[in-house]
Amino acid sequence: MKFAKTLALTAALGALASGAAAEMKIGMITTLSGGGAGLGIDVRDGFMLAIEQSGRDDIEVVIEDDQRKPDIAVQLADKMVQSEKVDVLTGIIWSNLAMAVVPAVTAQGKFYLSPNAGPSALAGKGCHPNYFNVSWQNDAFNEAAGTWASENGIGKVFLMAPNYPAGKDMIAGFKRFFKGDVTEEVYTKLGQTDYAAEIAQIKASEADLVYYFLPGGMGISFMKQYAGSGAEKSVMGPAFSFDQGILGAIGEAALGVKNTSHWSKDLDAPGNADFVASFQEKYGRLPSLYAAQGFDTGLLLASAAGKADVADADAFRAALKEADFQSVRGDFAFGANNHPIQNIYMREVVKEGDVVTNKVLGVAATDHTDAYGGDCKM
Amino acid sequence: MTRRLTREGLLNLAVLAGLVILPLWALWADEPFTITLATRAVVLALAAVGLNIALGIGGLVSLGHAVFFGIGGYAMGILAHHAQTYTSVMEWPFVIEGTKNMPIIWLVATVVSAFAAFLIGLLSLRTSGVYFIMITLAFGQMFFYFAISWSEYGGEDGLSIYVRNSFPGLNTLVPIQFYGLCLAILLAALALYSALMRSPFGLALNAARQVPERVRAVGLDPFRLRLVAFVISGAITGLAGALFADLNRFVSPTMFSWQLSGELIVFIIIGGVARLFGPVVGAALFVALEHWLGGLSDYWHIYLGALLLLIVLFGRGGLIGMFAGRGKIHD
Amino acid sequence: MSTILIIEQLLNGLQFGVMLFLMAAGLTLIFGVMGLINLAHGSLYMIGAFCAAAAAGLTGSFALGLVAALAGAAIAGVLVELIVIRRLYDKDHLDQVLATFALILIFSEGTRWIFGSFPLFLDIPAALSGPVALPGGIQYPAYRLALIVAGLIVAAGLFLLISRTRIGIQIRAGENDREMIAALGVDIDRLYTFVFALGAALAGLAGALVGAIQSVQVGMGEPVLILAFVVIVIGGIGSVKGALIGAVLVGLTDTLGKIFLPQLFALFMDPAAANQTGASLASMSIYVLMALVLIWRPTGLFGARA
Repeated sequence: MKFAKTLALTAALGALASGAAAEMKIGMITTLSGGGAGLGIDVRDGFMLAIEQSGRDDIEVVIEDDQRKPDIAVQLADKMVQSEKVDVLTGIIWSNLAMAVVPAVTAQGKFYLSPNAGPSALAGKGCHPNYFNVSWQNDAFNEAAGTWASENGIGKVFLMAPNYPAGKDMIAGFKRFFKGDVTEEVYTKLGQTDYAAEIAQIKASEADLVYYFLPGGMGISFMKQYAGSGAEKSVMGPAFSFDQGILGAIGEAALGVKNTSHWSKDLDAPGNADFVASFQEKYGRLPSLYAAQGFDTGLLLASAAGKADVADADAFRAALKEADFQSVRGDFAFGANNHPIQNIYMREVVKEGDVVTNKVLGVAATDHTDAYGGDCKM
Repeated sequence: MTRRLTREGLLNLAVLAGLVILPLWALWADEPFTITLATRAVVLALAAVGLNIALGIGGLVSLGHAVFFGIGGYAMGILAHHAQTYTSVMEWPFVIEGTKNMPIIWLVATVVSAFAAFLIGLLSLRTSGVYFIMITLAFGQMFFYFAISWSEYGGEDGLSIYVRNSFPGLNTLVPIQFYGLCLAILLAALALYSALMRSPFGLALNAARQVPERVRAVGLDPFRLRLVAFVISGAITGLAGALFADLNRFVSPTMFSWQLSGELIVFIIIGGVARLFGPVVGAALFVALEHWLGGLSDYWHIYLGALLLLIVLFGRGGLIGMFAGRGKIHD
Repeated sequence: MSTILIIEQLLNGLQFGVMLFLMAAGLTLIFGVMGLINLAHGSLYMIGAFCAAAAAGLTGSFALGLVAALAGAAIAGVLVELIVIRRLYDKDHLDQVLATFALILIFSEGTRWIFGSFPLFLDIPAALSGPVALPGGIQYPAYRLALIVAGLIVAAGLFLLISRTRIGIQIRAGENDREMIAALGVDIDRLYTFVFALGAALAGLAGALVGAIQSVQVGMGEPVLILAFVVIVIGGIGSVKGALIGAVLVGLTDTLGKIFLPQLFALFMDPAAANQTGASLASMSIYVLMALVLIWRPTGLFGARA
């Protein structure tokens, strides 16, 4: 009885607060310390740049560091909901952290905008009206790569990914639309740094193409070792292993590698050049695809805030769903399961002056949607 | 000696009072997150109390207690996962259904962790010193990598449980009620620790740490004493794992990570090795630091590291040792 | 599976093991002489890699990068020994674990503070890029071959240092009887600082050598640290010979496990399931090896009987 009263009081106080100043509070949980901090920092900086450029001073952002630990992320989500009383959450980088946080916060009536990571469970059976993915479903880049490989006459591939759910998702995504043969399918240890054994297998393989998903330091290690090994098979992967922050560490060893992405800094989309220039001016480095996703998430939020009051959940949800903002990726819309409909491009790693970077070759998949929408009932 | 013990006793009472008053204050001040934070501290303290039985009384520095923490967590995760998807855990040779009932989950968590502790102890206790530290670490890593690739239960993504499990007569979704439950279990574990320490078993175990020859001379087997201590220790840490999973409504392989094993040891050292309330003080301080320092700067690990370093270099016998003087049991 | 592929994988395992030895040698010496468990040894590895990347980036010379790695890690080692480690020798293992754990936090975030959150670039020297042809038609990366040679040279040098030099005698005496070397008039403080700096420099060298074919990033030291501990425990703590044998054993187990376990399971499972089960088991293989060795010999292969 006593507790029920406390809860009612809390609700009343909350209503009072939001009535006094019609402002919106955003909770950002992202990785800012430790090994994976680069991605979280880019999402945060991109997001804050968009909010700043929107000129809205009624959006308050609370930022917390999840240290890439799921239990810390859950704890921070509790804090955001219980103490900070935020209206919208965003920021999580990793699939496993998203799986820990998203179902719980959407079940409590909060909105969650994913600036990175799209586990298949949240696109299919676990979809939710308050969950909007502004980045990609995990399979997307890989499906586009599989399609592209088939269309360009590649018959045999060697597949490689770490032995964990996102790795298996990525491999399944590639195989979904690939019509040729998979000669080998290798699962490596998560966090592995030496790929000599796998490279020897690649050299002995009959495959025409090596397709791999090895995020972060794993991809850097593999690419550097592959380049010096004498193996001559062409290499392809999703953009995560060839992003700007990573190319800087791989260097020329990555030249010529093809990779799929929904964004590139040279992409000819309205506003993209301005975004790249203003990001570089403000933070002194080139934006990564994570920064672009953070930026788009900020734009989406600002666009919805201009249309509806977050206190009116239905109206705000409808405003988000419209996706009425100019994405730096070009055309962007939400499908029925609130996941993106967008083009996926094929890029190639090239050298521009002294900088190793990506160049867009063409579209790998037009208006790509994820494969799980059919399982989503909402 | 009596005076010193009294001082430690007073300190313990103060900590106990804090554990009761702080959440009540948070309830009054409408700061539900403080209660969540306090629950986290209490559950981690419980895990460390478990470890303190092996480490404090028995001198067994286990860098693999995350194994039991993780087993407890997965016991909760697996049972609740099957209950929420209406499937059975196994069909053959007999049907086991999932459950959302906390007492049953706790029982399973405790028994399975105890069994794992028995097997690991049987193999590990043949070694001692640094070798023991490292072999327990090895078992921890085995479980960690196994959990990452165990795709039926989410692999690295872990398992989300959407609603907290239930306890008869309580609404566990209300933070203060769940906190009360965890605190009660912690107090029970502390009572068990205190009773163990004074029992003939505890005295023999302590003697086996200091002078194993003499224990052997009176006809006791140090190996057996240690094995029993390790099993009790693992069981309590396993129970804490189940509560931790319920607190987060989520389990993942990070519960098996060596960093977690390390943190449990850190709690005990910060608070004071073999002190009844050492793990409690250590866990509470660590959780508070993690929370407050995280808001200060992106590079807050530097401050945390510096503080830990100062505690080791200048704080003899942990925080309790600093305030209450040297205890009677440990040097 | 052809013979060539098997020989190539054996070489890979050997190369991995030799690099682990550079890490493990310092760790085991520090434990043997000073009785110190140094969790921060992985941080010194990281410092070596970062120093090498920074110096090679500025000067364009890999050799200067190696010099910077040795110097940087050794200086960091001396500083940390003088300021912190020295106060830990007479404390128990628990305090050492906590203090050196604290040092990891400080080093990792300090490095991130100085160098930023993104991995650094460090490339192998042009002369060693690409493969070389070995007898029997094996194409093997020149750099990895160089790593094996460099590691074996350092190992030989270390054995000579310990068995033939004055300081080696002091180190061996220090392992056996601490009071005695004090009685012989050896300046223990200086000996300890030297041993710590030597271990640090070896770790830094390993970090730089391996960093050229891996990712130079914050946190790169911890996985290697765990492996190095596995190595010295298998070999017997304090034994440099044990560290060498343990390192090669771990390197071979890990590499061959990855290759052969999936194929073993493929004999009686469908390929996809065999790949995943094999990969899971392979990731545990070295820990299983360590547990087995310790169950068989509780103080490692060459450890002193307790």
